[in-house]
Amino acid sequence: MHEYSIVQALVERVEAEAARLGVAAVHRLRVRIGEASGVEIELLQTAYGVFRERTLCENAELSIVPVAARWQCPRCLAEIPRGSILRCPECAVPARLSAGDEIFLDRIEMEVANV
Amino acid sequence: MCETRGRGEPDVLPVEVQDRILSGNDRTARHNREHFAEKGLLAINLMGSPGAGKTAVLEATARALKGRLRLGALAGDLETDRDAQRLMRAGIPSLSITTGSACHLDAELVHRALHGFPAADLDVLFIENVGNLVCPAVYDLGQAANVVALSVTEGEDKPAKYPVMFRKADLVLLTKTDLLPHLPEIRLETIEDALSRVMPSPRLIPFSARTGAGLEAWLEWLEARQSAALRPAASPVTA
Repeated sequence: MHEYSIVQALVERVEAEAARLGVAAVHRLRVRIGEASGVEIELLQTAYGVFRERTLCENAELSIVPVAARWQCPRCLAEIPRGSILRCPECAVPARLSAGDEIFLDRIEMEVANV
Repeated sequence: MCETRGRGEPDVLPVEVQDRILSGNDRTARHNREHFAEKGLLAINLMGSPGAGKTAVLEATARALKGRLRLGALAGDLETDRDAQRLMRAGIPSLSITTGSACHLDAELVHRALHGFPAADLDVLFIENVGNLVCPAVYDLGQAANVVALSVTEGEDKPAKYPVMFRKADLVLLTKTDLLPHLPEIRLETIEDALSRVMPSPRLIPFSARTGAGLEAWLEWLEARQSAALRPAASPVTA
């Protein structure tokens, strides 16, 4: 269950950004998780639910954008369908994962006092 | 970029971060990698299920090398330092990293261990990760290569079930091949086929720590990687 340590890194990052900007509360986090990243979205959401208590993210919603895995030939850019041999049948070079490895923090919506 | 929500209402400030959540780990991993490069030390992240034979691979490697390369190891485990003890008995200076409840090593754990470990006189540092086919694959430690030990008794479907670890592997050691005569249903070609669907440049060495099968091919791979690690970082290594 490395999702807990991912959430820990996430919350620490948010707290650092909040401290930098002098923010009082966090409303929403948006992360992108690739299908081939090794992170399970459901487990991440569960871990977040447990870990956010008594942190700055306590009331912040976590929205997770899933990213589908995509294999491509690095030379002719042809799609290599999932489940097939990861080698371009035309160019005979190893395929490249062009999307789906993301464990990414996109944006934080934070509250600043209106003065 | 503030969206004003009216007088007295708080402003919600969207901050675009666009960064890897594990960027802190990545930074420490880069630091470890620079440290290994400066020392001309080849760092190998050895991963695999509990019981796949990771420690046995290292014991057999030490026996076969007979000092040709100076080996060291950091052994990650949830509890006990038994692996490190076994490796010490095999003549590999080793340090145990006890993770407590963590299912994987991270760059910081490796960094801390390096501070108490005399890695300066070594050629190859094995980082034997916690036995687990999922979590260790997510964390960069600063290694030059990932090696996954997959034992023949684990079944042919492991690459398909745990694609992330195998995708990131530079080499798969198919261990315990001495048991193959007892496992008529396990076919090497099926494992090779499964690997080629998750690993873009599949490289598999059938290996037995007991009989020594595959040892030569493994040592050849290791020595080639080790001489690549000695080249100055300025000259890019092409595959």
